[in-house]
Amino acid sequence: MEINAAVLKNGERAMLALRALYTRYGYSCFKMSKFEEYDFYVHNRNFLRGDTIVTFTDNGGRLMALRPDVTLSIVKNVSGCPPQPVKVYYNENVYRETRGSREIAEIMQTGLECIGDIDLYQTGEVVLLAAQSLAVMGEQWVLDISHMGFLSALLEAVSLDEAVREKLIRCVRDKNVGGIRTICAEASICAEDTDRLCTLGTLFGPVEEVLPQLRNISVNAATEAALDELSALCDILSGVIDTKRINMDFSIVNDLSYYNGIIWNGFLRGIPQCVLSGGRYDPLLEKLGKKCGAIGFAVSLNLLERYYAAPRSCDADILLLYDDETDAVALTQAVRMLCDSGKTVRAQKTVPEGFRYRQLLRMKDRGLEILENNA
Amino acid sequence: MLNIALPKGRLGEVVYGIFEAAGYGCPQIRENSRRLIFESEENGVRYFWVKPSDVSIYVEHGAADIGVAGKDILLEYSPEVYELLDLGVGKCRMAVAAADGFHYDSDRTLRVATKFPNIARSFYRTQSRDIDIIRLNGSIELAPILGLSDVIVDIVETGVTLRENNLSVVENIVPISARLIANKAGYQFNHGAIAELCDCIAAQLRCRVQEEEGRK
Repeated sequence: MEINAAVLKNGERAMLALRALYTRYGYSCFKMSKFEEYDFYVHNRNFLRGDTIVTFTDNGGRLMALRPDVTLSIVKNVSGCPPQPVKVYYNENVYRETRGSREIAEIMQTGLECIGDIDLYQTGEVVLLAAQSLAVMGEQWVLDISHMGFLSALLEAVSLDEAVREKLIRCVRDKNVGGIRTICAEASICAEDTDRLCTLGTLFGPVEEVLPQLRNISVNAATEAALDELSALCDILSGVIDTKRINMDFSIVNDLSYYNGIIWNGFLRGIPQCVLSGGRYDPLLEKLGKKCGAIGFAVSLNLLERYYAAPRSCDADILLLYDDETDAVALTQAVRMLCDSGKTVRAQKTVPEGFRYRQLLRMKDRGLEILENNA
Repeated sequence: MLNIALPKGRLGEVVYGIFEAAGYGCPQIRENSRRLIFESEENGVRYFWVKPSDVSIYVEHGAADIGVAGKDILLEYSPEVYELLDLGVGKCRMAVAAADGFHYDSDRTLRVATKFPNIARSFYRTQSRDIDIIRLNGSIELAPILGLSDVIVDIVETGVTLRENNLSVVENIVPISARLIANKAGYQFNHGAIAELCDCIAAQLRCRVQEEEGRK
């Protein structure tokens, strides 16, 4: 079966290309149910984005939820301590509240998860696949990387109470250096630590350029270990991908109780939101009683629809008109002939209101008559 | 070319003055016209005026690369944007006000009238107080006078309106000023231009502070 790529929506085209990419790296497809028991999500609510979960009661009286997230379902189904990394990808719809409108939306998502003993190679492979996923979807892409281990070690070294820590994390996320300085002053944090935190808020640029600056603000073995991991990752990626497109940016912050290592966001020029996000999430596995690590990412394919390509200029190449006297056999053959020539054809008796076409034809006894050309 | 959303009104004009002095002028904007978009190819900027509360929406959705929004709007709507600079203009505060002589009755649910329900809710959550939010769109000061609410949560600039209506500030919540914000995805692709603009604006702000101190 041949598929004409032109008939696919942007999200569908990307989905097929990404599926091929993940399969090439040995990831297998994970198919799951659209529903989970509501209780399952309640216990891990902070891991989910948004507060609203769509629920319903099934025939057995159990409270069920339309799946707001795929990762949780995959992790749940992995055995406690897999002897080899489990490598899966998925194409699924999730149901979440959208930002701003607060409406529930169906979001087409694809992504992959690598669960088990996550060594440097596995980390590099997943980050590389994230970068390649962006490259598959658009020519101009950027992958921003952060390290939750570095951020949490730096914050722990300053020894803050929970409320101040949350405010500071929020400011780092917003690149709000003025806010960081104000909070540090209110909390009597010393000038050195304040400068370190402000550096986190401003640092941005290719990993190899930014790493030396991060070494300058490193405070202990934990921050050094995080930087060593970033450096090793950079070495892996530099051999296979344009690392100028990979920036260090600590404004990517996820929940520290679920993410512990490298995390990242991916952007495509022309799309105002992040289209890909992922990271290392060992603490989630621990919360679910699994004794292993995990890393993965998700791509929001629905974001590709509106921004990716120019809107269609016509609804069909040819609108073919016929009437009650037209021979149906001849009409069928004519439509088939036009379709085989690579055109899209709509055959009907009248011109539908608002329908856009390149060519208007009429079926006559002698053959096809051209009524209008808009090419 | 950077797309910049400015808030309509007096604050927007002050802010444009800062941008102009920092080298990002666009002479057409000073002309009295009904145009909505003004472009300076020479300085690489395109300005447009929008309702102050809409600036963060334009920036969050990428229609503007950067913009200037009040901290009140950023706190209320939590848009996914970078907050790059405090411009130090449009200074005021978010505060709780009540009729003169008001005493908080801990036995009753506190009725709070406000245009900023999220700010009010999170403020009282930190105090573990039980509140009822009454959402209003204007003339908030009327609410406690007519018994619609016990207190109001609103922006206080000089306090004159409060005093004239026999109201006074009970608690300050947070200081407010205009902030330079940026779209998170746009920042990735225009980092050089945005960082340069930020540096120029920050330098301009320092000059203004020094001039003000000199005048004192």
